[in-house]
Amino acid sequence: MGKHTIWFHSRPSIVSTYSVAGKKEGDGPIGSVFDRILSDDYFGEKTFEKAECKMLSTAIENVIKKSGYDKSDIDALISGDLLNQIVSASFAARDFNIPYIGIYNACSTVTEGLALGATIVDGGYMSDVVVATGSHFSTAERQYRYPLEFGSVRPPQSQWTVTGSGAAIISSRGDGPSITAATFGKVVDYGVSDANNMGAAMAPAAMDTLITHFTETGRTPDYYDLIVTGDLGALGSRILKHIISQNGYDISEKHVDCGEVIYNIDEEEYQGGSGAGCSTIVFCSYIYGKLKKRELNKVLFLATGALLSTVTTQQGETIPCISHAVAVEND
Amino acid sequence: MADAKNSTVNKAYISFVSEISPRTNERRSLFNAFAVGGFICVIGQFLRYILQFMFSLEGDELAGAVSMILIFLSAFLTGIGVYDRIGKYAGGGSIVPITGFANSVVAPAMEFKSEGFVYGLAAKMFIIAGPIIVFGVVSSVAVGLIYYIAGLF
Amino acid sequence: MDTTTEIILMFVKAFIVGGIICSIAQLLINYTKITPGKILVYFLLAGVFLQAVGVYRYLVDFAGAGATVPISGFGYLLAKGAIEGAKKGLFGALTGGIVSAAAGITAAILFGYIFALIFKPKSKRN
Repeated sequence: MGKHTIWFHSRPSIVSTYSVAGKKEGDGPIGSVFDRILSDDYFGEKTFEKAECKMLSTAIENVIKKSGYDKSDIDALISGDLLNQIVSASFAARDFNIPYIGIYNACSTVTEGLALGATIVDGGYMSDVVVATGSHFSTAERQYRYPLEFGSVRPPQSQWTVTGSGAAIISSRGDGPSITAATFGKVVDYGVSDANNMGAAMAPAAMDTLITHFTETGRTPDYYDLIVTGDLGALGSRILKHIISQNGYDISEKHVDCGEVIYNIDEEEYQGGSGAGCSTIVFCSYIYGKLKKRELNKVLFLATGALLSTVTTQQGETIPCISHAVAVEND
Repeated sequence: MADAKNSTVNKAYISFVSEISPRTNERRSLFNAFAVGGFICVIGQFLRYILQFMFSLEGDELAGAVSMILIFLSAFLTGIGVYDRIGKYAGGGSIVPITGFANSVVAPAMEFKSEGFVYGLAAKMFIIAGPIIVFGVVSSVAVGLIYYIAGLF
Repeated sequence: MDTTTEIILMFVKAFIVGGIICSIAQLLINYTKITPGKILVYFLLAGVFLQAVGVYRYLVDFAGAGATVPISGFGYLLAKGAIEGAKKGLFGALTGGIVSAAAGITAAILFGYIFALIFKPKSKRN
């Protein structure tokens, strides 16, 4: 066993998933697989923040319904989002009478949650936990960039925060693809300071975790049917494939990036999706669906997160990034 | 990783990133900025003629009235969600005209209305345009004082 | 030259001069990653400076709205007001700039307030 990788010998399974997506995401290449697509980004609420919170509640409530479990069966809710003090997740948790573990690792929150959830279940401390994360374009835009109606230019290397929420139930009982291993990542900073170029900032973190995972598990990229990164976007994916090949790993045949598949990208305008919702809704719909149908059997899922804030950006800091990996496999 | 920021590997990485990163389409962005910026100025010129010939305004009053109308139009277009679309297309062409200044006031005012009328709308109205007022006042006072002192001799 | 030609020529000049000023801003955006807020400040200060050394008014005479509509024209107004105020005395030197720019600032705040009351921000799709 390696230092950063945990093997889950009891193989906790992901028994059900649920995804809520915004309109733009619904019109994207994988729009048809989402469980629910919003017709309006306000989701019937007065503010976008409330809408983001409601998306999370919807995902949590429906993933429980879909699994056939009762709310009282759920031992814990592990959840996070992008807003300051992870308010969306915490406010959504207010409506559920379930112990709440709030987490934040920016866009890699979903794999952090899955890894933590699997650890808790595999350790035998709890038997059923819900992992839910989400983000909303309009709330992230206001927090990280400019007011929505401000006529600013979006540089071509930038990414688009996904409007969406996803939830998954990790359980010690029941059927479904199981989480067999997790590699927790280190914080990696290669000195990228352009907050518009998240893909470039996060690619080294993804590489670091991937290499750690391969070294510690003794697996190679060929072991997996698919290596799914979180939200590097088109540019970040190119960078990852390039820098990891310099370290002797070729993942180009196996690699898919959630940020790249969620939108019809025009690379002259932007590089794809990002945000805590991006990798979550792709995993909870498209990837999980393929695993269920056994079109995929061994998937390595690593979401990447940029751990910056507007304050650190203004103060000229570089962007520290992280990536956690979970291996999801059919028996 | 603190010292890693300065290592040669990372310098090589940064230069690789800037090499591979896409650039804004030079010709198209310049053309758009030129066309839209020029067009906004033409509207301004048109308003100048109208106000001059039909309402016989002149001098500072004329300039002030033209600015007010342009700001009104820009505030309206921002409100109905059109100005940000123009901005995406025109870049500098819609930022630099006085309409861009108006947009930078109205957009945050709308955005932060949800945090209340005092600390939201009114206070955050100036998160982008505030520096313009600050530097405008400071620099105009500096110019005024220089001219005043020079006039004493 | 008759009035019609003069008017048409003025439109052309306004278009070209205004367009060039905006293109300079676009060049700055493309090459230096300066944010829009800073662009506005730099152009304002450029206008103040150019009028303080007595140059910008020639551009205004030449191109009309092509020089007054960009934010540098706002700077020109500020400097012009301050210089005129300075002739009247110290008080004028301090207040002249803002007095002449009052229309723009009032309009921005007033319309900003009104439209923010009426409208809600909309989400974007591209």
